[in-house]
Amino acid sequence: MKKNNLSFWMFVGPILAVFTLVILVPLIFGIYYSFTDWNGIRSSTNWIGFENYVTAFNDPTFFNSFKFTAMFTVVSVVVINCIGFGLALLVTTGMKGNNLLRTIFFMPNLIGGLILGFIWQFIFTQVFAGLGDILHQNWLLGWLSDGTTGFWGLVILMSWQMSGYLMVIYVAALQNIPPELMEAAEIDGATVWQRIKNITFPLVGPAFTVSLFLTLSNSFKLYDQNLSLTAGGPHNSTQMLAMNIYNTAFKFDQMGVAQAKAVVFLIIVGGITLTQVYFSKKNEVEA
Amino acid sequence: MIKKKKKLKVSTVILGVIGVALGLLFLSPFYIIIINSFKTKKELFGSVLSFPKVFNLNNYKEAFDRLNYVDAITNSLIITIGGVVVLAIFASMAGWMLERTKTKLSNVILLLFISSMLIPFQAIMLPLVRIMGKIGFLNVGGLIFMYLGFGAALSIFLYHGFVKGIPKELDEASMLDGCNKFKTFWYIIFPLLKPITVTVAILNTVWIWNDFLLPSLVINTPETQTLPLRTFFFFGEYTKQWHLALAGLTLAIIPVIIFYFIAQKHIIKSIAAGSIK
Repeated sequence: MKKNNLSFWMFVGPILAVFTLVILVPLIFGIYYSFTDWNGIRSSTNWIGFENYVTAFNDPTFFNSFKFTAMFTVVSVVVINCIGFGLALLVTTGMKGNNLLRTIFFMPNLIGGLILGFIWQFIFTQVFAGLGDILHQNWLLGWLSDGTTGFWGLVILMSWQMSGYLMVIYVAALQNIPPELMEAAEIDGATVWQRIKNITFPLVGPAFTVSLFLTLSNSFKLYDQNLSLTAGGPHNSTQMLAMNIYNTAFKFDQMGVAQAKAVVFLIIVGGITLTQVYFSKKNEVEA
Repeated sequence: MIKKKKKLKVSTVILGVIGVALGLLFLSPFYIIIINSFKTKKELFGSVLSFPKVFNLNNYKEAFDRLNYVDAITNSLIITIGGVVVLAIFASMAGWMLERTKTKLSNVILLLFISSMLIPFQAIMLPLVRIMGKIGFLNVGGLIFMYLGFGAALSIFLYHGFVKGIPKELDEASMLDGCNKFKTFWYIIFPLLKPITVTVAILNTVWIWNDFLLPSLVINTPETQTLPLRTFFFFGEYTKQWHLALAGLTLAIIPVIIFYFIAQKHIIKSIAAGSIK
């Protein structure tokens, strides 16, 4: 038994130690720092209770970035899941070229968010403007120069990046639906829409849970794309929570306040994902 | 019956047209970036929609040098391969042992790893940098160490799930033959884990290669910057000079595209497997 114990720790110990040092210890310190006047430079810190949290909640930029992040998350979750599911239906029709389409739709997903943001910055500011001039469409001019176009720019960018990813997940689920089920429904006279609604939707339930979870947490925690597309501008109008925390820490050197915001962020992210997983699991249908 | 066949054909044509249109739409950003990366500054300023008059490579030459392309790729490769290898080794060991040990402690440790996936990076970023700075880990080696910590949860989870499908009798037979646990693992089990090792390696490669925020906090010497870091600083210098910026962005994308075309099937399968965590 003792020998077993030793080998257990020899196999699990190394990675557990690294994990503890990289994630658990900083997590505990992070929660502690949020209650202190830590400024990142001084080594001694004093306990100041909830003062950082009060400062954080009274900071209008924090509230605005929360609002922007929440709105962006809701819109992008809906848009990306709809497009992803649509693409999945499109590439499972058994047509020639379906595989090529899958390859194309998935490709943007592999490119880093930072680079994607720069690419779309060019498209929105230069190509849209060029098109707008030629076609005399004023709505194509001045993209990313205000909060609204910045918002939709980010939605478009994320849809381009992530819908191919969701397509892959939905395709896997669609291919698990027994074809006999569809045939039987067709023979019984079900229309295409009835088949999608009554067979496809319920049976891709688990994939829907996964996709919702992925898009929710990805959108809520977004940073790289936000940084490279608009850098939060103009006038912080497109600043998301992750960037607000970063800027509080490194632009304004308010480490304690930034850490308090980070703890709030942790609670929100954890809360949303746990609730969402709980409800989706409850509603799933066994295939 | 005949009528139905005809109807099907019409819908096939419509679907085909939609497919081609969407495919082109998804490709158009790449097309736009590439055609404009060959233009001179003046030509690009004149029109972003036209086809370049000549494909001159001057932008690429300059971007190649200013990006420190070779150095940046080398750094990214070292860090990515380092991270992927240590993760495959230590996560497979832990995943196997956690699955084979049916104790409360073993379950608690697994649960600890899995629940850590909920923690957003921002929640631990500031103390992490401070702690790592104190122990002298703000460098390439330290970065690989941190990737081992951040990648542990998902990699162990995937290995753990895969080990379930390997019969325990195999371990026992090998032990009876006189192999100790290490030999059993490395000679018998690890080779059987190959499919999931491919999945874990691909997921970690894509993540580490593209990661920006962590290296930006950890790497502070220009010589050791990764490709995304170099791209960020390069872009900052050339925002108003799109001809150079676009050539740089194209260069930054090329390695990923090559990787995608080599391992496409594995990549799509891995990403699908990794998402169902």
